[in-house]
Amino acid sequence: MPTAEQTLDEILTLAAAHFKVPREKLAPDDDFFKTLGIDSLQTLDLLTKLENHFHVELPDYELQGVSDFRTLAGKIQARL
Amino acid sequence: METAKDSNVHGGSAEFHSATSAESALSWKLVDGVIELALHRGPCNELGSASLEELEKFATALQLMQDEAHSLIIYSELEPGFCAGADLRELYRRSETMDKAEAVKGVRDFLERMHRVLNLIDAAPLTTIAAVHGVTFGGGFELALACDLIIADKMARFCFPELRLGLIPGFGGIPRLKRDLGNGVVRDLLLTGRSINASKAQQIGLASQIVGEGEALRAARATAAQLRKFDHATAVAAKKFIKPIPHEELRREIDIFCELFARPAVQLGLRKFVESTDAQPYLP
Repeated sequence: MPTAEQTLDEILTLAAAHFKVPREKLAPDDDFFKTLGIDSLQTLDLLTKLENHFHVELPDYELQGVSDFRTLAGKIQARL
Repeated sequence: METAKDSNVHGGSAEFHSATSAESALSWKLVDGVIELALHRGPCNELGSASLEELEKFATALQLMQDEAHSLIIYSELEPGFCAGADLRELYRRSETMDKAEAVKGVRDFLERMHRVLNLIDAAPLTTIAAVHGVTFGGGFELALACDLIIADKMARFCFPELRLGLIPGFGGIPRLKRDLGNGVVRDLLLTGRSINASKAQQIGLASQIVGEGEALRAARATAAQLRKFDHATAVAAKKFIKPIPHEELRREIDIFCELFARPAVQLGLRKFVESTDAQPYLP
């Protein structure tokens, strides 16, 4: 199982690749809505990407109020 | 013929296609025995009055074309997904500008018309395939459920978010999902309002195939090409045997939807959605 830091790093790499943002522009505590400039439908895309990558199911309601990569990583780590 | 605007015969194979305009919500064509219905009303094929009128025209055309066809493929040409469901902004305007009884009557009429279209697709003497990607929510999910097969792009997501508005799905989704997968799956998706990805959809038997990003339509066409090899009458008989329309539950669904729609909580839920600046308004 990856460590929490590895999970966080993989999320940042995935998000950067999917939304075509330089990886070095993303930081763990960034508000991903703002940093990635994504809307609600694109957020669902990110969720799907993460679920497919980590082979987990992450119910949408667990993500309500989550807006930074670090908290998101914690939610995924809890399901690995 | 108004609904299938052009008809040509090439080598004994009839071809029909709809008239399209920049404003049209959908268009269709029949080529080599496969009807393709393309959805293309931005932002994500929300289903309101205008879309319903076009779906009704398609339903009429479908009855004219079905003797020439063996398969129907429904897909979206828009990047965000297959269909985000009912046009909630229109539903909100309807509920705000009319008195309550008139609004409920209008909603019932809308649902009954939508059910007629979806029942026709559901029971069409063709093998029907929903080729879905991205957002397949609410009424969009219900449109896919009317089809015999769902072929899902691996980025597809399915959801019944209606409970967050104080409603239930109104386009036949509950009876069809129950028919196809059972009550437990319905309860999970309906009562939690969570969305599921294509892998989960395949795991529970909802999606028959998962394909790579952007490949759903290609896979649907390949499936349709395979279906063409079978005796059409046998395929129609098999479908009729295995896929009954749950008419009684569908009627009950409309009644429950209308009872719920009459409550003030729904108006509040719709207003919250329409006025939301939340980055995740689709999330339950």
